[in-house]
Amino acid sequence: MKKKISIMIISICLIVSTFFLLQNLLTPKYISEVPEGSLIGEYYKEEKYDHNVVFIGDCEVYENFSPITLWQNYGIKSYIRGSAQQLIWQSYYLMEETLQYEKPDVIVFNVLSLKYDEPQNEAYNRLNLDGMKWSKSKWNSIQASMMEEESVIDYIFPLLRYHQRWSELTSEDFEYLFKEKPQLSHNGFLMRVDELGVDTIPEAQPLADYQFSDNCYKYLDKMVELCQDNGVQLVLIKAPSLYPAWYDQWDQQMQDYAKKNHIDYINFLDDIEKIGLDFQHDTYDAGLHLNLSGAEKLSNYFGQYLQDKYHIKDSRQDKEASVRWNKKVKFYNDMKEDQYQELKKYGYLKSYGATEK
Amino acid sequence: MYFTSYQFILFLLILFIAYYLVKKKYQWILLLIGSYIFYAFAGIEYLFYFATTTISTYLISQRIKKVKIKQKEYLKINKADLSRQEKKEYKKVMKAKQWHYLLICLLFNFGVLGIVKYTDFMIGNINGILSLFHGEPLSFMNFALPMGISFYTFQSMGYIIDVYRGTCEVEDNIFKLSLFISFFPQVIQGPISRFKDLSQTLYQEHDFDLKAISFGLQRVLWGFFKKLVIADRILVAVNTLIGDPATYDGIFVLVGMIYYAIELYADFTGGIDITIGVAQMFGVHLTENFERPYFSKNIAEYWRRWHITMGTWFKDYIFYPLSVNPRMLKFSNWSRRTFPSGIGKRIPVYVSSFIVWFATGIWHGASWNFIVWGLLNAVVICLSEEMKPFYEWFHQHFHVDGKTSYKIFQIARTFLLMSSLRILDCYRDVPLSFAMFGSMFTKFNFSEIFNGALMNLGLSMIDYIIIIIGVFVMFMVSFMQRKGSIRERIDKKPVIVKFFVYYVLIFAIVLFGAYSIGYDASQFIYNQF
Repeated sequence: MKKKISIMIISICLIVSTFFLLQNLLTPKYISEVPEGSLIGEYYKEEKYDHNVVFIGDCEVYENFSPITLWQNYGIKSYIRGSAQQLIWQSYYLMEETLQYEKPDVIVFNVLSLKYDEPQNEAYNRLNLDGMKWSKSKWNSIQASMMEEESVIDYIFPLLRYHQRWSELTSEDFEYLFKEKPQLSHNGFLMRVDELGVDTIPEAQPLADYQFSDNCYKYLDKMVELCQDNGVQLVLIKAPSLYPAWYDQWDQQMQDYAKKNHIDYINFLDDIEKIGLDFQHDTYDAGLHLNLSGAEKLSNYFGQYLQDKYHIKDSRQDKEASVRWNKKVKFYNDMKEDQYQELKKYGYLKSYGATEK
Repeated sequence: MYFTSYQFILFLLILFIAYYLVKKKYQWILLLIGSYIFYAFAGIEYLFYFATTTISTYLISQRIKKVKIKQKEYLKINKADLSRQEKKEYKKVMKAKQWHYLLICLLFNFGVLGIVKYTDFMIGNINGILSLFHGEPLSFMNFALPMGISFYTFQSMGYIIDVYRGTCEVEDNIFKLSLFISFFPQVIQGPISRFKDLSQTLYQEHDFDLKAISFGLQRVLWGFFKKLVIADRILVAVNTLIGDPATYDGIFVLVGMIYYAIELYADFTGGIDITIGVAQMFGVHLTENFERPYFSKNIAEYWRRWHITMGTWFKDYIFYPLSVNPRMLKFSNWSRRTFPSGIGKRIPVYVSSFIVWFATGIWHGASWNFIVWGLLNAVVICLSEEMKPFYEWFHQHFHVDGKTSYKIFQIARTFLLMSSLRILDCYRDVPLSFAMFGSMFTKFNFSEIFNGALMNLGLSMIDYIIIIIGVFVMFMVSFMQRKGSIRERIDKKPVIVKFFVYYVLIFAIVLFGAYSIGYDASQFIYNQF
């Protein structure tokens, strides 16, 4: 009997080990392809959770703000918890989770996602949720985000979702089977140095109803409450992306909301000139996202605002922080140099996720 | 709750653990609760139909039992006083009473089945006639079809007929009877069990029998393999071929026939493997429903090996009673007198066959394609019977009987014949089905499938490789089953071999199964019947 039980235990262990081995192998690595998928997870690699400012939101935060510029110019320690098409409830639960790790002075939330009232796309859900560590926040975020065809089991055991990837495996999947994935972002900022100037901006289509949904407001209210409970200043922003359209009616609703709740709302689309953005050179995809140059200009502008309005401490004199951040600056400069080299060599960005755009 | 859903796996796990933790005398109660929970997932409102069938069957069975007891007691008391003739007369009266009860039960339950399943079909036909006379069409009723209604109605009616015939004991506990009707693994796609068989293990107290449980689990895994790796993967191509008959005619009809034959077999037998395997994990023995049907050498043999429990149900409860019905016997006598050669003897059998196959067809679905399909089966079976002398002459003349090559020819012929009939199941439209079948001969162009068209059916080369390997494994398993149970043979092997079987099956399903995002969750084909 003992022998039988031992055999059974060994067999189960082998099956479970193989399952997790396959899971590691088949789960997308999000390195050279769709690097946006790595952004959320990289937060947990931070040495210290002492950020002054945390950005939360969709691609309009992780492509448009550079924490390194904020550090270099103002000594502001910041992090971007952004992911592609991050929905407002995902932002809320990320905020909730972030506040378990640290209590920043300011949390900046990009409001574009209020236009989405319901889950949109499983692939984007994955980019946001796969990288999160397991917590109550992640569980709730999954529950709020799942499309009809999704199942929570697929999130618990990603192998069940990605089982068919065996036919698409690349050397990268094997290389990072056990090895830690390389750092791709700069405190959540995804760098792109290439340029694609604005030619034409797609015309904004009139909407039948401009009112943001009750569901979105419910999560926005929860954000306000969460920040208040944690003594954190919430700042609502609309990043200066030229499209998708940000309607005046939406803008007015945000202004009213901010006024009612005594919080800041900044629409950077109104400050394009003051920021100094030149959409012939400061965007890599014709106005949808800023490139490095644009992100640095915007960060410089916003850094000044944060310092003036919220008196965020300049930590550049802090020795320990300087050592830490100088490493980040070096990584930032190396990548910048590398991307410029690539541009020079090929005339376009070959890696860094550029081919995926 | 599909068998292939995560909910079902979780449900099964919880029920399984609870089943072996509770006191053994409560095990059957747990199965009953589990069965009702399982059924409620399809829709709480369907439990009403379920309860109605159970209660009506129970009440009538009790009435029949009472009549039987009364008869027995009366005959015992009056044994000495009654003449043989009087006893016979009395029995006849009591049998008529039982018959009336049975008739009420049959009419009520088949009536419910008929109303929910066939009302719209009837309205559709009436509207067709009305349209000829420019009449106002009737509105469809759109009754929701309770899950597995054809299966549980047949099973419960089989029971009540057996009670009437006295071939099974009457179950006095309504909850036990309810479990017989609702037992969750079999409620949605069979097998259609007999009370005297199923009751032997269903209400028994079961120990944690590791061997039985592992056998059951192996069978479940094998079912998942067939369903998820083969059936649901090839389904994409089947849907493409059937969904666009204008493009996919000629040779593609043949391709579709073969693909559908593979899908249907993997789907239905896979579902039954899961059913029987799950039951076995709970210590319950269910009747086998398949016996390697694609190895059949003729259509009659095929129907003895495919969906066996449905076939035997029709045989026992329709064909035989019909054959010995006084009117049929009268017709039989007339036929023998009128057609003195052998045909006179066979005509009544053929008439019964046509009636049974009509019923079989309409049981599968409320549409003409199923009726025509059923009748065509009868035509082929009767023709085969008529051609028997020719076959015998052919076998003797060419000395082919028993030769392997001829057996393979017979198997291939039966496979193609059955696949051809199934075209009606594919296209679900009688004229279209015949047109598509005809196009195989009028537009046959073999080269069409080699110009890359097979790759445009929604399957990649990798999908084809998986399907081919899957079908090969399925074929080899069937082939090896001829020499007895494979699981018994595996059980006698060293532990490493047993582990390897589990290991390969589990990871073949996990890696190559067509499930989760990107694949449409597909219910079993026979769930809809």
